[in-house]
Amino acid sequence: MPAPVITATGLTKHYGDLVAVAGIDLEVAPGESFGLLGPNGAGKSTTMRMIGAVSTRTGGDLQVLGLDPDTHGPEIRSQLGVVPQEDNLDTELRVRDNLIVYGRYFGIPRAVCARRADELLAFAQLEDKARSKVDDLSGGMKRRLTIARALVNEPRVLMLDEPTTGLDPQARHVLWDRLFRLKERGTTLVLTTHYMDEAEQLCDRLVVVDQGRIMAEGSPAQLIREHSSREVVELRFGSQRNQAAAERIAGLGDRIETLPDRVLVYAADGEAVVEQVSRLGLHPTTSLVRRSSLEDVFLRLTGRSLIE
Amino acid sequence: MSVEQTTRDDATLAALAGAVRPRRFGALYVAEHQLRAMRAYGWTIVIGGLGQPLLYLLGLGLGLASFLDAPVGFGPDGPVPYVTFVAPALLVTATISVTTEEFTYTVMSGFKWRRVFWGMNASPLAPGQVATGLVLAVAVRMAFVAVAYTALIAAFGAVGHLWSVAVLPLLGLLGGMAFGLPLLAYSAGLRDDAGQFAAVQRFVFTPMFLFSGTFYPLATLPTWLHWIGWVSPLWHASELGRAVSYAQPMSGATVAVHLGVLVALAAGGWVLARRVFVGRMHG
Ligand SMILES: Nc1ncnc2c1ncn2[C@@H]1O[C@H](COP(=O)(O)OP(=O)(O)O)[C@@H](O)[C@H]1O
Ligand SMILES: [Mg+2]
Repeated sequence: MPAPVITATGLTKHYGDLVAVAGIDLEVAPGESFGLLGPNGAGKSTTMRMIGAVSTRTGGDLQVLGLDPDTHGPEIRSQLGVVPQEDNLDTELRVRDNLIVYGRYFGIPRAVCARRADELLAFAQLEDKARSKVDDLSGGMKRRLTIARALVNEPRVLMLDEPTTGLDPQARHVLWDRLFRLKERGTTLVLTTHYMDEAEQLCDRLVVVDQGRIMAEGSPAQLIREHSSREVVELRFGSQRNQAAAERIAGLGDRIETLPDRVLVYAADGEAVVEQVSRLGLHPTTSLVRRSSLEDVFLRLTGRSLIE
Repeated sequence: MSVEQTTRDDATLAALAGAVRPRRFGALYVAEHQLRAMRAYGWTIVIGGLGQPLLYLLGLGLGLASFLDAPVGFGPDGPVPYVTFVAPALLVTATISVTTEEFTYTVMSGFKWRRVFWGMNASPLAPGQVATGLVLAVAVRMAFVAVAYTALIAAFGAVGHLWSVAVLPLLGLLGGMAFGLPLLAYSAGLRDDAGQFAAVQRFVFTPMFLFSGTFYPLATLPTWLHWIGWVSPLWHASELGRAVSYAQPMSGATVAVHLGVLVALAAGGWVLARRVFVGRMHG
């Protein structure tokens, strides 16, 4: 086992009386793709900022690349690539110049920055936009440019805070494809998301966070196996009747979850549940059998949905 | 040595090496960025830097001065021309004016509108270096304004001793920073510009410009207005400028007080500004 690139124990952050991060433990190995999955306000960005050595922790231990962010912030940041939740590209500069100027902050000679900028524009599929203004780019392109910018120092760890929030499905897939390539090359990825499909696609291992705490940890498949059934049946009886129907089918499957708009039945065999429901004389307006997802894990652990 | 130890050392060593240049030159990288950004409005800097002194020196030196009967400025050998009296104060006003743009809107832009400070923050640069780099870039712009102004003053023959042109730009810089650095500390703490910068211009800069002994000696004003001069970096720097330019009589103690106030304002503002940057960027 190689030494971890990030080790946190009892990591906490308070803002006045508010506890944003309430003591979390985590370890990220080199080359791993590690995720923090949780709803808005869970403390994901705060954790990322502490790891990124731009936010001083209130308590606990933190080591990044074997160094303490309190004393070695510039050293740690020299090896990180950061894609923040909110883009901060320089809108007054052209696309290619954004990469060059950013490289200068790391003390990289201008000529080297220029060469890397061209390679990174190719990687981000933005070659034909090199001379465009940042404001003329689409949301997905800006995000790709931010990722390219984060790679200009050839970082050991790429930190992505909600990389695809606000993007349309097609733009998300293009972005995921780029991140896959980085993963294949062995770049360590640390990312936060509140999309379970993103976590499933990109993360080798993840922690589920809620209210500043880690609720569970493991690979997506492990988490689903441990905290949910293999399949889920989604039944919709109409918003007035869901509650009554849920009472009548109580006992079916492993567990039943009643949401305002549907009833979820967790079971190993979903089709069998659908048959049992109709044998009880109930006729849902729609019934759908699907595989369990991280969304179900989150619901199980917290009693709430990931996206409110 | 285990494999574990080797990998760790490798990453740690890379980190230690990666921060050497940013730790040493980080402020210069920030200054480089800010100066490149100024090129977007380079022409207004050049035209403002040359045009404004021309207008003032022509207007006050040739125009207003011809109406004045009584002399207002005195050197050791008697009265000096009016334009010689106002020139040092105009120079300092010009360097201070630079800060009412660069230490207000530019700061808000870095934190909020263009957000470039946040990009810098994620790099190896430290918040203090971001502040220092910004100050260095503004000092360059200020130096340009001060040198241009001094050259025009000399061209108008509005200096007592020609050698003083070597010192006047430095006083311009000191006066500009004595006003600017406390302003920087204030601006860096603002989350929004809800008219505060316009208020600084109207309720701080303009009254200071009018009541700091810029156009006539402070002693001419009623005593209850003198305090404006005492707290005004413009007055302290202008008085020093007059002592340098045409040897306006001044005791050593007075020189020390003027210098002391300017240095204290600049240094205090500087310490405070850095603290605000650190608090905001690494909170
Ligand atoms: N700079 C800050 N000052 C005060 N409170 C903050 C600050 N940043 C985050 N918080 C609070 O900390 C909590 C966690 O926020 P954040 O880490 O941004 O969550 P997430 O990224 O998971 O949505 C929230 O309640 C948020 O309001
Ligand atoms: Mg966040």
